[in-house]
Amino acid sequence: MANRIVVDPITRIEGHLRVEAEIKDGKIVDAYSSGTMVRGIEIILKGRDPRDAWAFTERVCGVCTTVHALASVRTVENALDITVPPNAEMIRNMMFCAQYMQDHVVHFYHLHALDWVDLVSALKADPAETARIAQSISDWPKSSSGYFSDLKNRLLKFVESGQLGIFANGYWGHKAYKLTPEVNLIGVAHYLEALEWQKEIVKVHTIFGGKNPHPNYLVGGVPCAINIDENNALNSERLAYVGKLLNDAKTFIEQVYIPDLMTVASYYKNWTAIGGGLKNYMSYGDLPVNGFADVANFKIPRGIILGRNLSEVLPVDGTDPEQIQEYISHSYYEYNGGDGLGKHPWEGETNLNYTGPVPPYEYLNVEGKYSWLKTPRWKGNAMEVGPLARMLVGYASGRDEFKDIVGWALKTLDVPVDALFSTLGRTASRGLETKLISGWALEFYNTLLSNIKNGDSRTFNPDKWEPETWPEQAKGVGLSEAPRGSLAHWIVIKNKMINNYQLVVPSTWNGSPRDANGQRSAYEAALLGTPVDDPEKPLEILRTIHSFDPCIACAVHLYDEKGTYVHQINTF
Amino acid sequence: MSSKPKTVYEEITEKGYSRRDFLKFCGMMAAYLGLESSAVGQIAKALETKERLPVLWMHFQECTCCSESFLRSSHPIVADVILDKISLNYTETLMAPAGFQAEKSLHDTLDKYKGKYLLVVEGSVPTENPAYCTIAGKSALDIIRETAEGATAVIAWGNCASAGCVQAADPNPTGAKPVHEILHGIPIISVQGCPPIAAVMAGVIVYLLTFDRIPQLDSLGRPEAFYSRRVHDTCYRRPNYDAGLFVESFDDENARKGFCLYKMGCRGPVTYNSCGVIRWNNGVSYPIQSGHPCLGCAEANFWDNGPFYQHLPKFHGFGIEATADKVGLGVGIVAGAGLIAHAITTNIAKRREITLGKTEDEK
Repeated sequence: MANRIVVDPITRIEGHLRVEAEIKDGKIVDAYSSGTMVRGIEIILKGRDPRDAWAFTERVCGVCTTVHALASVRTVENALDITVPPNAEMIRNMMFCAQYMQDHVVHFYHLHALDWVDLVSALKADPAETARIAQSISDWPKSSSGYFSDLKNRLLKFVESGQLGIFANGYWGHKAYKLTPEVNLIGVAHYLEALEWQKEIVKVHTIFGGKNPHPNYLVGGVPCAINIDENNALNSERLAYVGKLLNDAKTFIEQVYIPDLMTVASYYKNWTAIGGGLKNYMSYGDLPVNGFADVANFKIPRGIILGRNLSEVLPVDGTDPEQIQEYISHSYYEYNGGDGLGKHPWEGETNLNYTGPVPPYEYLNVEGKYSWLKTPRWKGNAMEVGPLARMLVGYASGRDEFKDIVGWALKTLDVPVDALFSTLGRTASRGLETKLISGWALEFYNTLLSNIKNGDSRTFNPDKWEPETWPEQAKGVGLSEAPRGSLAHWIVIKNKMINNYQLVVPSTWNGSPRDANGQRSAYEAALLGTPVDDPEKPLEILRTIHSFDPCIACAVHLYDEKGTYVHQINTF
Repeated sequence: MSSKPKTVYEEITEKGYSRRDFLKFCGMMAAYLGLESSAVGQIAKALETKERLPVLWMHFQECTCCSESFLRSSHPIVADVILDKISLNYTETLMAPAGFQAEKSLHDTLDKYKGKYLLVVEGSVPTENPAYCTIAGKSALDIIRETAEGATAVIAWGNCASAGCVQAADPNPTGAKPVHEILHGIPIISVQGCPPIAAVMAGVIVYLLTFDRIPQLDSLGRPEAFYSRRVHDTCYRRPNYDAGLFVESFDDENARKGFCLYKMGCRGPVTYNSCGVIRWNNGVSYPIQSGHPCLGCAEANFWDNGPFYQHLPKFHGFGIEATADKVGLGVGIVAGAGLIAHAITTNIAKRREITLGKTEDEK
């Protein structure tokens, strides 16, 4: 008889996620993933100016801030047939890269590391031995015996205070922790250093977009003007600042993140056999270098892999009504025409219909509807999206940069290519792509500088700014890759206003409930077979769920013009 | 080694002072504060035994941008805040445990520090249906009431907790409400913005810890230290406004000279925040400096004061369209009149806010 455990809240993620898992003989035999919060951003967008949509959708998520803003301006530009100037493309790309670097580093150290690093064990570390290990894996200068000794004392004092704060009730001493005290101490040191570093790289957003989180975007380009002979615009001082931030980020990623990732991974190679889950992977591709229409030259390629067949990459089209569809068989919504239908986002329709238990509740009714996330499918297939999917699509597409870095990682860890299809493969892919991105960011930076040098300072295309220039009706889609995976927005514009606006986001692909055919999505599939040693300390569940870097605020949204709830809101 | 964080007494004795010096110091403090000599013992006790302030950080309908912004704090850096200054006992974003053990961290604090912990709230609370936001099977509404019960004060982080933010924008499908419409009879500090500036968030925490009191608040519950000036009045582009020099289109010649963004829809004239003074991400820039008009994200209902790129006088309630266009032509003296009009409108908007708040209270 299986034993049902509930993990709610899943912490060290963005948003509100609940997992119910059935455990038999120490392993998960079934799992249910549920988003437990809704806000209703899409209905709020109806009737508004399409040029404002980026600001609303950006507030869908403050962790992967900017990615919805970028998807949104692309969607509106697609609908209105706007091409942005090359400088705007480079600046957007640099903001994209800054986001990836910050987000992935924060994920590794602050959201995921404590699944692998035992804080309390670090108290037993020998500082001299820690320094020896640190110096053997990296040239990072903060690696002296004195440095680790001071850190250990600070940690000791903190633990002895009895006020453990965010570290209280952690799963310290759990037998699934495998790192030596010294490696744990390195992990703690870099937890703190990364916390300090992450506030630097986001300054790229502040320079180009005025603030972070939630920098400013603009339909038709970017808001910052370039004028190298003016104090009040992007000039040589501002550009040099960006250059320094990008160079420092590359150093941190190469000297801290990647060595730590590979060292930690070498202790947990058994996790290359756990948490594989789905066998289908999707990437919309991103980082254009020759205009958004030239998909073939994206730095991150677009494509689909089915059944882990790395010898074939299939095309994906966001405008084809038969390809991407959303289902609601197990989501708290209802469809006109029956809950078993799948609907393309342009025709998407969602009537809110909460049928779950009344709070406070103990268990969800997993036979019925059990999540606020809808269930997206590509031609009926469940797809995994995110760093692993991007790495596999790049690898299978034969891109040298992807093949080289994947090959290097597999060789370093001495594991076969199949090792990628796992919890650890997902976590490793995130680091590997961060390394690629840290290099590309500097390419974009240099392209921007040479454009300016050659006399092109344009950052905005004003041709279609005024609504008078727009057609009566338009439809658009903006495909992009957020740090957590494939993200797209769909818009229908009528009478110069938003008539319909829909988002299908990475954590919806990965974290959704099962579809009408009972097919699991990525989280639920990946949890099958995951061992759980102590149901009260479900460390292993966190490892697999965190390997996806869930971001649930994005994933949950409702958007309907007719639902009964709409009539209730007028009292507020 | 001490088994507790250092108290003031320990700090002083470690520096070589005696207990006698310490009590003299307490006596002086009592005199400064105008207390009876019997209070000396009390002060001494407080300083000897003060633990790090326990903090519960609750997440409801939010996007986590407030947490992310807090992580950007540079003075003090956030590692020092969470290791040395406060005891952050619950925050879903960063805490090590999950599920059952996370709930334990929450309930340990509720029991052990009743009447002593600070509650900080990120996100609004849906009121249309309790199932619109649940954690561990419990509704946000139940959780906020339970956690506020034994709190000394509440910090409402950001626009969501202070005013409902984007999910409360028309038509507010989930009935999202800010903290002050849910909790009564407890001090609420509204730290506005979407998100608030990191330095302001840290500044509010440091204020509480250093001065041991709630900061001076304005009529909307915002700390005056950070929300008493309009972005417009502290904007480095302000002289362009006064001189009638405006950006007419993004990336035009005027944009490249850094002229005023008023005509592009800037909400600086009706927004109270520290963007122009403290700026963002350790003083690097702020939206206007980077060429985009202020969206007004530190004001209630800013989402419904749009469209964002329409300049202010076109809005209902301003009626000074003609004035602003004259300003554009360089009639400097009219700029003053325009500003007064903005100020009046802002005050009217604020008064409406206060009245609304009262109505809610009466309910």
